[in-house]
Amino acid sequence: MAPKPRTTPLHDRHVELGARMVDFAGWEMPVYYVGINEEHRAVRARAGLFDVSHMGQFEITGTGAEGLLHKALASDIDRLEEGQAQYSFLLNAKGGIIDDLIVYRLPNKVWLLVVNAGNSAIDLAHLKSFKHRAATITDLSDATAMIALQGPVAMELLADIWPKKTAGPATGKPFTIVERVVAGVPSRVAYTGYTGESGVEIMCAADRAGDLWDGILARREHGVVPSGLGARDTLRLEKGYPLHGHDITAKITPIEASLGRFVHLGREFMGSAVLDRQAAKGVKRRLVGLKVVDRAIPREGYPILSGGEKIGAITSGTLSPSIDRGIGLGYVPEMFAKSGMVLQVDIRGRLRDAEVVKLPFYKKEN
Amino acid sequence: MRVAGDEATFGITWHAQDALGEVVFFEPPTVGSRVEADGSYGSLESVKAVSDVIAPLAGMVTAVNEAVVESPELVNEAPYDAGWLIRVKLDDVAAVESLLDAAAYQATL
Repeated sequence: MAPKPRTTPLHDRHVELGARMVDFAGWEMPVYYVGINEEHRAVRARAGLFDVSHMGQFEITGTGAEGLLHKALASDIDRLEEGQAQYSFLLNAKGGIIDDLIVYRLPNKVWLLVVNAGNSAIDLAHLKSFKHRAATITDLSDATAMIALQGPVAMELLADIWPKKTAGPATGKPFTIVERVVAGVPSRVAYTGYTGESGVEIMCAADRAGDLWDGILARREHGVVPSGLGARDTLRLEKGYPLHGHDITAKITPIEASLGRFVHLGREFMGSAVLDRQAAKGVKRRLVGLKVVDRAIPREGYPILSGGEKIGAITSGTLSPSIDRGIGLGYVPEMFAKSGMVLQVDIRGRLRDAEVVKLPFYKKEN
Repeated sequence: MRVAGDEATFGITWHAQDALGEVVFFEPPTVGSRVEADGSYGSLESVKAVSDVIAPLAGMVTAVNEAVVESPELVNEAPYDAGWLIRVKLDDVAAVESLLDAAAYQATL
């Protein structure tokens, strides 16, 4: 039997709000409160509030912290100044993605990694396997909650609950992090997210998460709605952001996943030899975005074809609420990974034309 | 399911639509095709999942609810009414007796 799913400090609030709860990566999480489409549209038009406390958080400290991260992360952390963040990967020796994450450089030589909930234990074991001297890894996952406020009015709302004597929340740049007391709760406010909208991810002590959540929802006049993992998934897919365990796995490298721009090639780190070789010689398969021409939804596992031959498979897909079309990510041989190329997806026995498109699927019009 | 004479209207229950979430597609059978008891006659698709719709009884499809094909959310809004899926001319009207009514179905949940 599967172990009982874990719950976040906000669990009772989700239930009170009438959320449909599901098991996600071993956590009982809200998939939606009212409906996925409605929450998706609220985030694109106004703001959504997400409980993402299931995500793992590790602090790396000590004089060896940087040295450990140089070996373990595929990105160029030397480019980060204090208060800046970067999308990165933990790779295995074959260059496969153990996890994707965001690394934050905090003041006083403290580094923070925010990782996928389902990979947290594997990541921790992997980081410890380097046996790096003078680097201390602290798992903050249980002690810390994380709430994402995402959408065009996020900054306006945040300004209402922001300390008066500091520069307003809207002055923060993407991929930075500051410490602030928000709605009376000491927090780390990161200008990051998984929706493609302006917004923040706020981390605080687990026992203060309720105060922070309530403090934000007390500002309902801005049009903020509690939003579940369902909308989080459709929002990230429209932006072409990969989901680990589906679009990227320990058997897929960042180069194959069309994420090479986040990798610091030419430096030595775990898995770098494979990436260097792939960057020079090319890869057999590559992640592409596919937009289905008819109204039909490509889903994980559905075959991708060209000329009647199976050439790959969908790794995640949905009906895009913003463009009202079936969209999906999947892997195809490099020769087919060109935008404008028309391939087919076998959607339950029917071949549907699908166009290879440049990611993201959705861009804000303005 | 509702029966009038030898014609039945198939749809899904409130519980089924609630479990599925917001329906975004209905893939119907073609009018004139046969459906078998306990066989799939089409699929309903929500944002998160695809689900076959299963015929309670056998017969021939006489109509498809085009309103649901156009506006699948009708299945969520009114599963017992405007959100019906297909009409079927039943092979054996007497077989209706063997099915659960709403009260008996509720008791199984």
